[in-house]
Amino acid sequence: MKILGLISICITGWLLLSAVSDFPEWGDPHSPANSYQVSQHYITKTFAETSVPNMVTAVLADYRGYDTMFETVVIFTAGIAIIGILRRYDSSSNTINKPESFTEKPKEDLIIRTNCRLLIPIIQIFALYVIAHGHLSPGGGFQGGVIFGASFILLSLAHDLKTVQKKLPEGRILTLAGTGILIYAGFGFATIVLGNNFLDYSILSKIMLGTPIEARSHSMLGVEIGVAFTVAAIMFSIYSNLVSGGKMKEGL
Amino acid sequence: MIWEFDLIILIFLVITAIISLQVRDLLSAAMIFGIYSFLMCLLWAEMAAVDVAFTEAAVGAGVSTVFLIATVFRTSRRSSD
Repeated sequence: MKILGLISICITGWLLLSAVSDFPEWGDPHSPANSYQVSQHYITKTFAETSVPNMVTAVLADYRGYDTMFETVVIFTAGIAIIGILRRYDSSSNTINKPESFTEKPKEDLIIRTNCRLLIPIIQIFALYVIAHGHLSPGGGFQGGVIFGASFILLSLAHDLKTVQKKLPEGRILTLAGTGILIYAGFGFATIVLGNNFLDYSILSKIMLGTPIEARSHSMLGVEIGVAFTVAAIMFSIYSNLVSGGKMKEGL
Repeated sequence: MIWEFDLIILIFLVITAIISLQVRDLLSAAMIFGIYSFLMCLLWAEMAAVDVAFTEAAVGAGVSTVFLIATVFRTSRRSSD
């Protein structure tokens, strides 16, 4: 069986490697991806149309906003699915046996706790910076949300899961995750109510007091905040379910 | 794109990929997989795809390594095959 696997891997690898020579050169301006008129439009007109310097965010959150909205829904669904599979509410049955390789957890360490106390505010502020500057510099809702969720994971690693749950109960996490998608979809429905297409932000200038171009830039920020809510909440929810075997009581 | 830099990253990428498959201890495999993600992040950053590199660093090297370690903590540490 292993030899069969090796042969199939070799054949697939040879096919992939033989296809490499057909790829265009890296960064070739005349490659199909770069010379096609849609990408030309993005490259030349993004700043004029949206006043957003970071072209990647403009494509993700504005031109392809529908796509990003459902990416967020995918993350939300993944989190809900993991809760559906792992979460168990009865405290008595202990079906998941503890592995022998991890011995009893040591006492809480002063050095680790102090370090985390210093680090977590910096991580959270950096996450907020990444979210807020998503349309100006690399970053955005996904990255900032993951970093924000990681700060809670770090807190639960340094103390334990209960400490975080006092500040962030399970119900509140899920409310935040839903709120994120609601913010994103809310922007879409606001554009419909005002008479434009779904997620065509330029009409929001009627509410936001500015030119339509500025409205697109500001709406991108709002949408990124929505994405960040969902991603941060779901990341911590997945972690706490995985590490406690669905009981949300103990853990690393 | 600097080819020397590229070559070093790609060689380490292949090495870490093979090791993370071969190693029996799943905790080490998870850690090596984190290194793999970090090397991918370097490769993206070097190809001027900074947004992708950022995502790879945050999601690939950061959170997914934590998820894998959390799963190893709850299941078994030794690989059966």
